[in-house]
Amino acid sequence: MRFGIVTFPGSNCDDDTYQAVSDVLGADAVRLWHKDHDLQGADVVVLPGGFSYGDYLRAGAIARFSPIMREVVEHARRGAPVLGICNGFQILCEAHLLPGALLRNANLMFASEWVTLRVDNVDTLFTNQYRPGQLLRMPIAHGDGRFTIDPDGLARLEDGGQIVLRYVDREGGARPESNPNGALDNIAGLVNENGNVLGLMPHPERAVEAVLGSTDGLGVFESLLARVAA
Amino acid sequence: MTRYRIAVHIVPRKGILDPQGEAVASALHSLGFGSVRDVRVGRHLIIDTDASEPTAAERNVRDMCAKLLANPVTEDYEIAGVTPA
Repeated sequence: MRFGIVTFPGSNCDDDTYQAVSDVLGADAVRLWHKDHDLQGADVVVLPGGFSYGDYLRAGAIARFSPIMREVVEHARRGAPVLGICNGFQILCEAHLLPGALLRNANLMFASEWVTLRVDNVDTLFTNQYRPGQLLRMPIAHGDGRFTIDPDGLARLEDGGQIVLRYVDREGGARPESNPNGALDNIAGLVNENGNVLGLMPHPERAVEAVLGSTDGLGVFESLLARVAA
Repeated sequence: MTRYRIAVHIVPRKGILDPQGEAVASALHSLGFGSVRDVRVGRHLIIDTDASEPTAAERNVRDMCAKLLANPVTEDYEIAGVTPA
């Protein structure tokens, strides 16, 4: 099973993500260049964090039209796994692979901090190694993480169990105080209707070794390894 | 073909929290502009494009807005003017 990590101009978490899956997880990983039209046999495509194209116009709006996105969209439409972290989540929304949009943080400040997340659906390609309701510690680092969607869209997400991660307090409560960016319904991560595309604002690749402060992010990559056939 | 200059306003849709607009409104109130009721902060784009006639230029820019310039989930756009460039 091979992970492919895309580098856009302005990506800055591609190395961390590569290291997390390659060195820490011990999985096969390959770097993909945004100008190529080749996923190099990757089974899982990861769009990493960063500031692709300087966040010009809107975060993710221009990366969406990078050459490799044609293959990424086809990969996702076939039902194959795509993981978007932070800027990758923004790109997935702009590419309409995930519903909704990510807006400027409600307090207008860049949020760089550790957060607590609650896993609200463990029956996905990305979260099957966690326990229902498990609390995770992961860092966030973003200026545009306020997820929003219209009321009908939110109802569909809730009914379909598509909301996978929520920002919560240390007791697991999803409260306004535990919401770092004003995201609707404390949403930190969601999957598409088919469950093969996950976008999340927190950085699991930065929480894979004790020396980093947490290993809670490893489960995302382990879940993929467990579920995706070689 | 003639060159046209098209101005586009893109603003956060009504009902979507616009913290920049709220911050500006609050600052205006502090400055004594108490009559201000609402502020939305968006983007203003000026696009020069070649077209056979103004309506074709405008149609082209509307297509650009739908595909890239505005986010259909959160933003509204309006063509603010079409003039020969």
